[in-house]
Amino acid sequence: MANTLFDKIWDAHVVQKVEDGPTQLYIDRLYCHEVTSPQAFAGLRARGLKVFRPDHVYCMPDHNTPTHDQDKPIEDPVSKTQVDTLAKNAADFGLAHFGMMDKRNGIIHVVGPERGLTLPGMTIVCGDSHTSTHGAMGAVAFGIGTSEVEMVLASQCILQSRPKTMRITIDGELGKGVTAKDMALYMMSQMTTSGATGYFVEYAGSAVRNLSMEGRLTLCNLSIEMGARGGMVAPDEVTFDYIKGREHAPKGADWEKAVAYWKTLKSDEDAVFDKEVRFDAADIQPMITYGTNPGMGMGITEKIPADDKSASFQKSLDYMGFQPGESLLGKKIDYVFLGACTNGRIEDFRAFASLVKGKQKADHVIAWLVPGSWMVDAQIREEGLDKILEEAGFAIRQPGCSACLAMNDDKIPAGKYSVSTSNRNFEGRQGPGARTLLASPLVAAAAAVTGVITDPRELM
Amino acid sequence: MKQKFNIITSTCVPLPLENVDTDQIIPARFLKATTREEKFFGDNLFRDWRYNPDGSLNKDFVLNNPTYGGQILVAGKNFGSGSSREHAAWAIAGYGFRVVVSSFFADIHKNNELNNFVLPVVVSEGFLKELFDSIHADPKMEVEVNLPEQTITNKATGKSEHFEINAYKKHCLMNGLDDIDFLLTNKDKIEAWEKASR
Repeated sequence: MANTLFDKIWDAHVVQKVEDGPTQLYIDRLYCHEVTSPQAFAGLRARGLKVFRPDHVYCMPDHNTPTHDQDKPIEDPVSKTQVDTLAKNAADFGLAHFGMMDKRNGIIHVVGPERGLTLPGMTIVCGDSHTSTHGAMGAVAFGIGTSEVEMVLASQCILQSRPKTMRITIDGELGKGVTAKDMALYMMSQMTTSGATGYFVEYAGSAVRNLSMEGRLTLCNLSIEMGARGGMVAPDEVTFDYIKGREHAPKGADWEKAVAYWKTLKSDEDAVFDKEVRFDAADIQPMITYGTNPGMGMGITEKIPADDKSASFQKSLDYMGFQPGESLLGKKIDYVFLGACTNGRIEDFRAFASLVKGKQKADHVIAWLVPGSWMVDAQIREEGLDKILEEAGFAIRQPGCSACLAMNDDKIPAGKYSVSTSNRNFEGRQGPGARTLLASPLVAAAAAVTGVITDPRELM
Repeated sequence: MKQKFNIITSTCVPLPLENVDTDQIIPARFLKATTREEKFFGDNLFRDWRYNPDGSLNKDFVLNNPTYGGQILVAGKNFGSGSSREHAAWAIAGYGFRVVVSSFFADIHKNNELNNFVLPVVVSEGFLKELFDSIHADPKMEVEVNLPEQTITNKATGKSEHFEINAYKKHCLMNGLDDIDFLLTNKDKIEAWEKASR
């Protein structure tokens, strides 16, 4: 029988199918960060349980970590308690823990792939919706709640209903200045934020194949913003080249064996998906969002739709301070944020640096450039990108989730406009009253040097 | 936390907005707690819609309107999108809601509600619209949610709809059991799977 990539991995992990109920799925990797795990560990203690398979679990703080002075204690006592609690839980239950200032630390969805912890064919979960990121490596990876984190800690299994499968095929060549982020924002604008709810998505087509590993991670990261449980890309030479030699990657004979298996991880030619969607890469231009959900996006030269009269749409534009039918080009912005599990990788810093090279940051713009991990930070310096950025008036901060959800001090003030490479423009996401415009690193860089919303193609 | 669920008959709180994301249900700054105190999360349910930036009550928001109350929250489609934070389900439960009715739920949030003994009830667009109309016409009208029969009834119109829930989860809710109780009973199966897949 012909199977999809998703079917192959899912089926290989089924412990049992509960009668008239969900599937009991074995989980290869559980990632824990400080925000969604403390109550799960407390639950284990209350039930008198140990972690069932401690070597399958990796912990690191990322949401609360400040992006400066990480060598000093966190000033916010509540944040400090949460970060300290993760360290204590990891120590008490015998789990790997990459603490702040540990060179392996960073945003969990950046660290997993770059350390070779995330591998093709795995099932991966984390109490975080952007766990979908790891699917870019050819894994079944999805976000879960805290009760489910406790389930996995207790049994290395989770009870889940099998999602439907969807293939999104994007063929053709991306135009100048168009990135994986724009592909994702474009798809969301076409499919809405619930267009893939109930589905697990496989991305296919030449435009996806031609993406770098970093680009694929960005694409899969945003799957959840269309409502999908996860997104995935079949592993290929790009994937294998990326993994080879990384810290936890298989070595020697194990490597050959692993690659031989990974090469079988693709949808059979006659596999049937529950839904097929197609897009043409040539239709995509640099994107920007104008509303308060990630599906409210448009090409940067387009105008805000004027035909939606719903209360939800009007509430959204009122919050943003925009009018229906308006163009955003030339609008003054206040903040720029480069980073997050969406766009905090080396390729994103290369893109941002390539655009601002030889230019100067606009005086009124406050720019926060936050690498996704210490490893990304090291590579930025190795490639000399830090010099280019500094000469253009930008400083590099220390790694973490930062202004993506403003759990640390990196908050956008009420009413201010932020061009952000993160994943969500919900009301208050970057701080109470903050107005977020989601975009690619190139669009963010163009806004940072001009101080207004600018088509990056004009500066390239 | 664990409580048995059977039949609930209650007035409703209407929230006729679409795409209500979990950042609105509970903003990120309230996620720093390391315990599961329902009161804390319930007190901050829809925090930034309930309170003005200066901390005063936003009288226009439905939770602050004494006309409406009850154990059933009725919301527009795509409820609970975005972040996987279970704190959103804790906030809904902590405020006192036992049921959330919508025409469409985001996947992760729906599971989170079920894992906290809050029942997400999916109804048709037509049923939802009529329900909003009935609540606005008479805020004291009641809705019956019958888990054993898997029906929801708008008592103002008398109309009922069947809703889906898998038999396993229904059994858990009706008996106050959670998934960990189940998983702990089959460690032998897990170990057998591990052995076979090596």
